[in-house]
Amino acid sequence: MTDLPLLSVRSLTRLYGAHVGCEDVSFDLYPGEILAIVGESGSGKSTLLECLSCRMPLTSGTVSYRMRDAALRDLATLTEAERRFLMRTDWGFVHQNPADGLRMRVSAGANIGERMMAVGDRHYGRIRKTAEDWLSRVEIPGARIDDRPTAFSGGMRQRLQIARNLVTGPRLVFMDEPTGGLDVSVQARLLDLLRGLVGDMGLSAIVVTHDLAVARLLSHRIMVMKQGHVIEHGLTDRVLDDPQHPYTQLLVASILEV
Amino acid sequence: MLDASPQTRLVLDDVAKSFTNHLRGGIHLPVVQDVSFHVEAGEVVVLGGPSGVGKSSILRMITGNYGVEAGRILMRGRADAPFTDLAAASPRDIIALRRDVIGYVSQFLRAIPRVSALDVVAEPLLSRGVATSEARRRAGALLERLNLPTALFELPPATFSGGEKQRVNIARGFLTDHPILLLDEPTASLDAANRDVVCELIEAKRREGVAILGIFHDEEVRGRIATRIVDVSGFSARKAAA
Repeated sequence: MTDLPLLSVRSLTRLYGAHVGCEDVSFDLYPGEILAIVGESGSGKSTLLECLSCRMPLTSGTVSYRMRDAALRDLATLTEAERRFLMRTDWGFVHQNPADGLRMRVSAGANIGERMMAVGDRHYGRIRKTAEDWLSRVEIPGARIDDRPTAFSGGMRQRLQIARNLVTGPRLVFMDEPTGGLDVSVQARLLDLLRGLVGDMGLSAIVVTHDLAVARLLSHRIMVMKQGHVIEHGLTDRVLDDPQHPYTQLLVASILEV
Repeated sequence: MLDASPQTRLVLDDVAKSFTNHLRGGIHLPVVQDVSFHVEAGEVVVLGGPSGVGKSSILRMITGNYGVEAGRILMRGRADAPFTDLAAASPRDIIALRRDVIGYVSQFLRAIPRVSALDVVAEPLLSRGVATSEARRRAGALLERLNLPTALFELPPATFSGGEKQRVNIARGFLTDHPILLLDEPTASLDAANRDVVCELIEAKRREGVAILGIFHDEEVRGRIATRIVDVSGFSARKAAA
């Protein structure tokens, strides 16, 4: 880990009219760090993720990102072209529903190849080879390369979405409930895969989840949100094992044990 | 400061901990207070006192797993390094301290789905930059020494017996060369032969100059390895409150 933050967030606020989406959120994310944002539905965690990833404008506050040239830039001051370039290459976004992040009418190979072509790769053989390689890394049989995602199971679609996002070697990946809606055995496989890939590639990630077990397994730090505010923030195992805020205590106490 | 010698690796200075349970009307549970002691390189300090007196809580504060309510927890990896106060450290600092300075063998292994025993043990070495093949080789050698059947090496420990899990946990904690090592009842679910191996491992660490702090309820183990006993009853906030 270096000593300069990759993402720097200051007093981020997003209002929907008079209603608070999220308010006064500040944190730094360092290279190689995984941050989990947890909270119930309506706590503002998805709004925060949308704002961080330039998918929704802020009402006030700043989000700054360290570009590949090491300059920290306020994302609001980027040109549209610069912003699109970031989203296509340096960032990934893994949606809860793979259909939101994949192109369902083109083949698995093309889904991966498209992101490569967006960064200028034009060599068909190389693109196909890389797509095959990524399919195997996310445990999809190479023989499925020409199938459309519509023919895939939910777990396979989610793994394909991850491959599509990681193929360009992003430095920061946003994930919105990446294991939501999957069977537990499929979840375990996906989590193991994500853990491995994130560790190997040294990625930073911001993972929104309502599942504290997912947060424990994947993240270094946790931010707990309630009604648009961050109510507790710290080292993942400490927040889970020694929660301070009444709401965090309630969340932790509500986990079912098997 | 605090009469620390060059050998001092860990200093607890007036440390206190209590829990407030907001789900039970804000009930306040004091655990320990005024906890002050040192651990030197080459020592095996054993925390003594009955169950519930706060021994595990002290270890958990030193690893950063529990927040420190008051006081300082100073640690350093070498005689010429400055002390870091864990009580005031950021999450990133604590992660770095766990990687480089404090090793911890917890009471229970938290198994990760699909990750093999060998990889669980090798992981701390990988995070310190050791090559995968070398880390796995050393992990395997230590598991063998702890008599874990080779057939189990490539299986995830979730379905292992208590003693097998504990040996995986011990191997994970002992494989690295952390200058401070915390042990929470590492011999609790082991048979005599494996208990003996763990005692040998602890003695070897001590001779290497590791500062060791542990909890051992087994009197025989304690008698064999402890160089000093710190009685936690004296720090118990519950007794003081009663």
